[in-house]
Amino acid sequence: MAMAIRQPGWYRGAIGTLLGAAFGFFLVIGLRALMGLDIYQTEQTGYPHIVVPLITAPFGFLFGLGAFDYWFRWAAGKPTIPEDHSGHGATKWQDYFKFNTDHKVIGTQYVVTTMFFFLIGGLLALMMRAELAQPGSQIVAANTFNGLFSTHAVIMIFLFVIPVFAGLANYVLPLMIGAPDMAFPRLNALSFWLLPIAGVIFISSFLAPGGAFDAGWTGYAPLSTGAPLGQSFFNIGVQFAGASSIATALNFLVTIITMRAPGMNLWRMPLLVWANMSTSLLVVGATPFIAGAQFMVLLDRVLGMNFFEFLEGGDVLSYQHIFWFYSHPAVYIMMLPGFGIVSEIISTHARKPVFGYRLMALALIGIVVLSYSVWAHHMFVAGMFDWLRVPIMITTMLIAVPTGIKIFSWLGTLFYGKIHVYSTAMLFALAFIVTFTIGGISGVMLGMIPIDIHVSDTYFIVAHIHFVLFGGSVFTIFAGIYHWFPKMTGRMYDEKLGRVHFWGTVIGTWGTFVPMHWIGMDGMPRRVADYASQYGDWNLFISVFAFILGSVQLVFFYNMIVSWRFGPKAGDNPWRSNTIEWQVSSPPPVFNFDEIPRVVGGPYEFGTPGARHAIMGGETPADIPEPKPTTVTAPS
Amino acid sequence: MTRLPYLKLVLATLAFGTVLSVVMLIPNWFGEEGSTAAPEIDRLLDVTIILSSYIFAGVCVALGYALIKWRVKPGDESDGLPIHGNTKLEIIWTMIPLVIVLGLGAYSWIVLDDIEAKDNDAQIINVYSQQFAWTFGYPEEGNKWSEGELHVPVDRQAIFKLNAQDVLHSFWVPEWRIKKDNVPGITTEAVVTPDKIGHYQIVCTELCGFGHATMRALVVVESEADFAKWVKGLSQEVPQTLELTADQALKVEQEAQAKEGGIGGSGVDETGKDNVDQS
Repeated sequence: MAMAIRQPGWYRGAIGTLLGAAFGFFLVIGLRALMGLDIYQTEQTGYPHIVVPLITAPFGFLFGLGAFDYWFRWAAGKPTIPEDHSGHGATKWQDYFKFNTDHKVIGTQYVVTTMFFFLIGGLLALMMRAELAQPGSQIVAANTFNGLFSTHAVIMIFLFVIPVFAGLANYVLPLMIGAPDMAFPRLNALSFWLLPIAGVIFISSFLAPGGAFDAGWTGYAPLSTGAPLGQSFFNIGVQFAGASSIATALNFLVTIITMRAPGMNLWRMPLLVWANMSTSLLVVGATPFIAGAQFMVLLDRVLGMNFFEFLEGGDVLSYQHIFWFYSHPAVYIMMLPGFGIVSEIISTHARKPVFGYRLMALALIGIVVLSYSVWAHHMFVAGMFDWLRVPIMITTMLIAVPTGIKIFSWLGTLFYGKIHVYSTAMLFALAFIVTFTIGGISGVMLGMIPIDIHVSDTYFIVAHIHFVLFGGSVFTIFAGIYHWFPKMTGRMYDEKLGRVHFWGTVIGTWGTFVPMHWIGMDGMPRRVADYASQYGDWNLFISVFAFILGSVQLVFFYNMIVSWRFGPKAGDNPWRSNTIEWQVSSPPPVFNFDEIPRVVGGPYEFGTPGARHAIMGGETPADIPEPKPTTVTAPS
Repeated sequence: MTRLPYLKLVLATLAFGTVLSVVMLIPNWFGEEGSTAAPEIDRLLDVTIILSSYIFAGVCVALGYALIKWRVKPGDESDGLPIHGNTKLEIIWTMIPLVIVLGLGAYSWIVLDDIEAKDNDAQIINVYSQQFAWTFGYPEEGNKWSEGELHVPVDRQAIFKLNAQDVLHSFWVPEWRIKKDNVPGITTEAVVTPDKIGHYQIVCTELCGFGHATMRALVVVESEADFAKWVKGLSQEVPQTLELTADQALKVEQEAQAKEGGIGGSGVDETGKDNVDQS
């Protein structure tokens, strides 16, 4: 036992958590006693003796778990434990609950953890739909309802969509570029462990006096600066989730820039790599803004600073500017990795090179640049200065151009292909094209100021964001999980159950979110626990389909869990793909490659006999036939 | 490589797009129209819906055609044609959306200028919002006020000066199509010309707390004569506490600065006079 406490792990983690909490608690009450203040400050927004331990306890936990051991030893001049990769690989399930520096273990940890939060976020959504099935108040009180949609959004955004993409890329991307691991394995592990911490903080806000944070995921001041204690849980949880995002993005950038296999120049990178590079550029530039905004709210709340206190010279609108400067790019952070996944899947299952590969990559970069210039379209009716509206409208609508390029190029990839639709991954990728087009079109409508003035903050917005984030991001997440499931687990999932899940999800998505456009345009505001009875029928309809959508996800979880354990062996390359991750065993060896592969061509050379993307270790170039130059252009 | 049946694909897109736009235009999406801005915004929406229908139809037709034409037969393990792109085609599908969005942007700008144009005889009405109630002040009528019930004369422009006492609220009458947030600390503005007599509702659309869903107020659009009669019946003036507008928030700020005596600022004398002048 004494040994176990000294070793990094859960025992030391538990003790670290307690010590961290105690340190924060006594620091606050000690300082307050010294200054002659009341020991406990329990005004609605205060509670420093809870807020500060909420920050220090996670650091204690991370220290206990062993996140900082190497760095502390190094900083203190002690001999570090040699980096022998003993933290690599996972041989039993307990290994997934350790501070592990293997990118494949971390990828799996990410995906499983985020799927757990997807389940929680979904349950919160179903509680809302149960309340909204009929006008009037039946199940939850209005302030509880506000807490439900706020936590639903926050969990889905910060603990599901953003990190699940980071998890998939964590697993696949180093393999794809022929790297043995990520550039900073220890930072990578730390990024993962920040996530469950954020999740626990968000969910435990339900236990705070006054209930969970209920000012929406947008947390607009001054509603948030005056809200009960739960709001501080949001302010702090976002810091951990955001730090996780930023660290991962830096890690991806350095990995992609410095660790590509020899021969992989920028134009030979798979589009998934391009997509994650673009996403990471957004994360490192934008995420600090939401961290800043939430710190400012926290300081307003706990220390009585007046960033957003209008009676003391604070500026209410500046919160929205800072918030959306992150939160609009965040929409692309939640979409670009999906674009990458869809490109890989469509090319592989249509047996054709991605149509217009270079323009596809440039479109990603175009979206990155433009997305920094459109934040204020969330504020057309917010009362900001009028002149900013038209320029922002133009940049907003321009984003439809690179997005359209992507849609058309995927369609072009299908033309003259050999399209296989037996894989659930391909089905989700194809359905994504159609549903995401709807979300894109309603996005252009929202960019048009006069239409936005009418439908802003109505159910039309709810419909749009769910067509983009569910019909868009979540479809690509499912596609990605199905596609790389054989690689990650070495086993094949059940395609029949996959089809049930696919059709249930498509029908559920359309049935739930299409009618929301109509009732929103007709006058139903969003974020309401109750509504005018004229919308009762449609809301019942929506709730029924929401429950179909929710329950069919159980098929997905069943399929994944059972197939992971008992599925038939998958083989190394079940989809006959060209990219490097499929050229190693399933699951890949602990150190990915015995010898770093050499990249000799583009990633999607389907249909060119003898063309290769990479030469794996063990092969000599003499084995490789010269590819014939057989570029064919479509008839014009 | 077979040539694509361009004509058939284009005709299918046109047919599907036309069916879609007809189906989409039959329902009256935005509901009843109650202001001069409403028909203009609705027309903009209709144009957008028609264009969108054809674009969506094009995507569906292309996807459907590809799936029918190039779906593999079981056992076929061969690859598709190694086509890497077509510069001409890529330029076309970059330019077409560009032209469409710029056109829609220009049209939106024109509509926006139209619906926000101010008349000379517009009536100013002050709107005060707080958790979870609306009140209305009529500065032209001796600053009389009304709680929870807004009356406006028909066919005369109203300029609503929006104020918030505590948190953000948003002023929206769906039939008028106009919405603007009420922001604590500043006064925002909404311009509406109601052109239909009737009873409507103000819906608060910015989350403002547990009572958000119930924060409604009655709107009565009535003839000039009825309005004059109603406004004469009002007896009380707007209470001082509600008059917390941008000016006063600014004054509070300046007094606070004056009291602290130029902390961190240079060249500010103890009365804070410079401070006032600078702002």
